[in-house]
Amino acid sequence: MNAEERRQLEITAVKVRQGIIEGVFHAKSGHPGGSLSSAELFTYLYFKEMHIDPKNPKDPDRDRFVLSKGHCAPGLYAVLAQRGYFKEEELQKLRHIGAMLQGHPDMKGTPGVDMSSGSLGQGISAAVGMAMAGKLDGKDYRVYALLGDGESEEGQVWEASMFAGHKKLDNLCVIVDFNGLQIDGPVSQVGGPEPLDKKFEAFGFEVTTIDGNDFDEIEAAFQKARACKGKPFAIIAKTVKGKDVSFMENQVGWHGKAPNAEEYEIAKKELKAKLEVLEHA
Amino acid sequence: MREIVKKATRESFGEAVTALAAENPNVIVLDADLAEATKTGIFKKAYPDRFIDCGIAESNMIGIAAGLATCGKIPFAASFAMFSAGRAFEQVRNSVGYPHLNVKVVGSHAGISVGEDGATHQCCEDIALMRSIPGMVVLNPADHYEMQAAVKAAAEYVGPVYIRLGRLAVESVHNNEDYHFELGKGITLRDGKDVTLVATGLMVGEAVKAADSLKQAGISARVLDIHTIKPLDTQLILKAAEETGLLITVEEHSVIGGLGEAVSSYLSEVRPTKVVKMGVNDVFGHSGPAVDLLKEFGLCAEAIEEKVKKALKA
Repeated sequence: MNAEERRQLEITAVKVRQGIIEGVFHAKSGHPGGSLSSAELFTYLYFKEMHIDPKNPKDPDRDRFVLSKGHCAPGLYAVLAQRGYFKEEELQKLRHIGAMLQGHPDMKGTPGVDMSSGSLGQGISAAVGMAMAGKLDGKDYRVYALLGDGESEEGQVWEASMFAGHKKLDNLCVIVDFNGLQIDGPVSQVGGPEPLDKKFEAFGFEVTTIDGNDFDEIEAAFQKARACKGKPFAIIAKTVKGKDVSFMENQVGWHGKAPNAEEYEIAKKELKAKLEVLEHA
Repeated sequence: MREIVKKATRESFGEAVTALAAENPNVIVLDADLAEATKTGIFKKAYPDRFIDCGIAESNMIGIAAGLATCGKIPFAASFAMFSAGRAFEQVRNSVGYPHLNVKVVGSHAGISVGEDGATHQCCEDIALMRSIPGMVVLNPADHYEMQAAVKAAAEYVGPVYIRLGRLAVESVHNNEDYHFELGKGITLRDGKDVTLVATGLMVGEAVKAADSLKQAGISARVLDIHTIKPLDTQLILKAAEETGLLITVEEHSVIGGLGEAVSSYLSEVRPTKVVKMGVNDVFGHSGPAVDLLKEFGLCAEAIEEKVKKALKA
């Protein structure tokens, strides 16, 4: 991608982060850390990678996305709003009674959500099912599943991976947001899921490890995934949890809590400053 | 009259889902390394390209079925009830039930009539688990003919369905040409006025035998076949409560959370009626020949007769 394209994606990623902060602040709960770490991945998928049409969210030939780490719904909602699936105002009603945006993704109620998720380990299996359906029907859509690093401690992730490798589902791309932190602490201390690349390779995947907050590396990884034939593809995306909100970055405590009014103002100010720099670049 | 068929409902299921596949190209069958036992092997042989063996990974199988359903497929995901409804309960709840996906969860080898394999495989909790999920239809057909009809109805219904299959061969009771299956509508197999036997699955045939024998002893027992445990045919249950008073529920399932509790729970609110629950009484099963186990656990015609006589005296 050229510099201008990259700048536009970076601008969108900031807007996605702003949407995350808006949603979580007004909900007074939710998961900002892992939503913020995935902002570039969400942005690239919905603005560059996937063949989708917000006006026709049920198009049977569309690419599919499953947020297997469903608690990062604020990130998904923010990018869906940016992409025009629904109005941005909805973000402020996140988690409220009667709101369209549930605490975890609900495919029945939210346009653009391809699969309900939230119970960790389950989304990847549904993505595998979608990829199987594509193969059975001879369709060329692709399926993307975004997992958390902590999520990979769930055994079902490996049941699904074994199946995907065995069935050579090259229309499936699994992305692991490796931000290094889970609720109880660093993943290296809690569940020890590493080495993830070797695990996915052993399960029949082609794997690449990237800086998951860098659009050039993200693009290169998705291009590799597309070119990969006869195997599913896994992207291990090393990211910063809480990225671009100074006091949330790499702080385990920001996995699942909302900023207070003061923290909200700081976060907004920081993101606004970042946006202004990018817009005037 | 149709021919009396003695066949395990798992086999009837395998045949029915295979027949269905010819009419509906969206029907897909998944199994978890038990195709020979669940009889999905019949489908596998006829439609190898539409059969997905997931290996021994039931949780993943349910998730794959959910993904297939989002793409317009009608997946039947089969394993032993212990695993499809038991082990994968949370996957059925969250990946199938919550999004109300068109997945048919199939639980074979349900109840203690699994026999020799013993307690680890004798699932007496599947009905309780499945009926606790909002929007889930729960089917427990009694015989070959009913299973054929139930599989067709499950495929036509858009939404999640649980279908319970048995391992043991059972003689058909629905041999009338005018037999009609409708989801959520129980069937009156014998009319009676002294007591109603509310039976499901394997116990329907036993209840009919008991009623016929009780007739000779001058007791008029009504027999209801409740093939759909959820949604329950409350109209038929209420009518029985009004007309016969005493109800005896019979199921090859725990007395906790199954048909008996569904019937009791409904009647306690609308027309308190004595309901005697026959089932597995909050214990694990154990190894042994299926027929002997059923006798031991009081799940046979003789035990039903005794229970009726005792309850009528009380």
